[in-house]
Amino acid sequence: MATLSKPVPMKPKANSIKKTIIFIIVISLIIWAFDGVNYNGLMPSAAGTIVGMWNGILHPDVSYLTDWSIDGLPYAIVETIAIAISGTFVSGVLAIPFALLASQNIVGKRVSKVGKFIITMIRTFPELILALIFIGIVGPGAPAGILALGVHSIGMLGKLFSESIESMDIGVKEALESCGGNSAEVLFRAVIPQVLPEFLSYTLFRFEINMRAAATLGLVGAGGIGAPLIFAIKARDWERTGIIVIVLIITVTIIDIISSKIRKKLV
Amino acid sequence: MNPELVARLPKKPKRIKFYSTLALVVAIIVSAAVFSGFSILDIINNLRFATRLLKSMFFPPAWDYADNVIKPLLQTIQMAIAGSFIGAILAFPAALLAANNFIKIKWLNTTVRLFLNFFRTIPALVLAALFVSIFGIGSFAGVVALTIFSFGLISKMTYESIEAIDYGQVEAIISLGGNKLNIFRYAILPQVLPQYMSYTLYAFEVNVRAAAVLGYVGAGGVGQTYQIWLDLRRFDRVGIIIIISFVAVLIIDLISSAIRRRLV
Repeated sequence: MATLSKPVPMKPKANSIKKTIIFIIVISLIIWAFDGVNYNGLMPSAAGTIVGMWNGILHPDVSYLTDWSIDGLPYAIVETIAIAISGTFVSGVLAIPFALLASQNIVGKRVSKVGKFIITMIRTFPELILALIFIGIVGPGAPAGILALGVHSIGMLGKLFSESIESMDIGVKEALESCGGNSAEVLFRAVIPQVLPEFLSYTLFRFEINMRAAATLGLVGAGGIGAPLIFAIKARDWERTGIIVIVLIITVTIIDIISSKIRKKLV
Repeated sequence: MNPELVARLPKKPKRIKFYSTLALVVAIIVSAAVFSGFSILDIINNLRFATRLLKSMFFPPAWDYADNVIKPLLQTIQMAIAGSFIGAILAFPAALLAANNFIKIKWLNTTVRLFLNFFRTIPALVLAALFVSIFGIGSFAGVVALTIFSFGLISKMTYESIEAIDYGQVEAIISLGGNKLNIFRYAILPQVLPQYMSYTLYAFEVNVRAAAVLGYVGAGGVGQTYQIWLDLRRFDRVGIIIIISFVAVLIIDLISSAIRRRLV
């Protein structure tokens, strides 16, 4: 760059010690992390596996795609979508009371902190473990997956819902109250119309995430495409793995595109 | 009201579109629930199994087994750190290539974006299962899976941030005769760096949670221990693993999100 006519002001030095300490901590954490990862080299069969995978992607098992029975790919992928839809719906409904409980302008500061902590706790609990617990309750199959997604998604939706309730324009509510509106009218004419587009948009966003999650829940037996996928990988049937992965990528991409189009219209 | 006045009022918009959309959405949800065999009655009927299972897991959990959980749990955290670190390093150049306001070559931006999208559609668990068949059972396959997963996540969020920077600074540098490198160093980096670091931390949080279950397909960490005891139906040990990893993840989440709030 061209030389500046004025001298550049000195950088502030006050934070440099703090910065060095943080830097050292971060670097040592990273070194510690890499130290713990044990690389045992490739499997002796790795080269064959990679060639097999590549061939599987190039020559996928098309007969599996056109198998319209209950063991075929179409059924599994539709089941996966059905799990994602139902799970998202369950969580969309369940998240509303949690969100209200976590919103400062509804329940006050103290209660909202408790509500927020509950939501964080739900978010932290992995859905795969939830799926395993629900399999113990309703048996293996799609309902366990739906319940797992339904409960786990409260963690994200509850947080986002409560943020949009908290940023709501309170003037509309006050205007209705000053005209003598009762609490039901306030709820249906002031609160819901304001937050509904955002709620729907967040729910759709969560649906996109749940679509990916539903594809893995089958690994533990909670229905959907995951079970045939893990069987194909374990059996090293790369033609079948190939077709499942290809169909999964296409389905997820299409759903992403549709859902983000709708979301753009909503908000 | 006076009928003449009513006639002069603007008509309510027809809500056919609204109602047909609503009907479609309801139909989709109901058919999804029916297709997957979801029924509230079944769940209520099976609630006694829930209490029995929860009792065998958590009342009481196998506290004496707690010591054995710490080591795989630390390995899980190590996997998450390593994965998000490498993923973040790879993500920055990819984000620069994908952002349409730094390198203005449209086909290149689009290709890189498609490529990133492709990575984000494959769930981490599936990646891990694939890498286990290449690298064998152990934490390395998990780290590779987490690396790819965080790469997809961080690069997408970062390129969106790069596109949202204040372009005036770039123009100022160009008007002073600065080149691409100057633009990168003095306009993009200072504006994007805090967000990039925040995304990396976010990816780390997601990775900790993902790493905790990767072991289920043999990719190391606490998930592997978990799966062993689940298969042996030792629910008390499963319970203690869940409790300890849950507390660890919660603490990491709280620390990391506190740091993130300071960064941005």
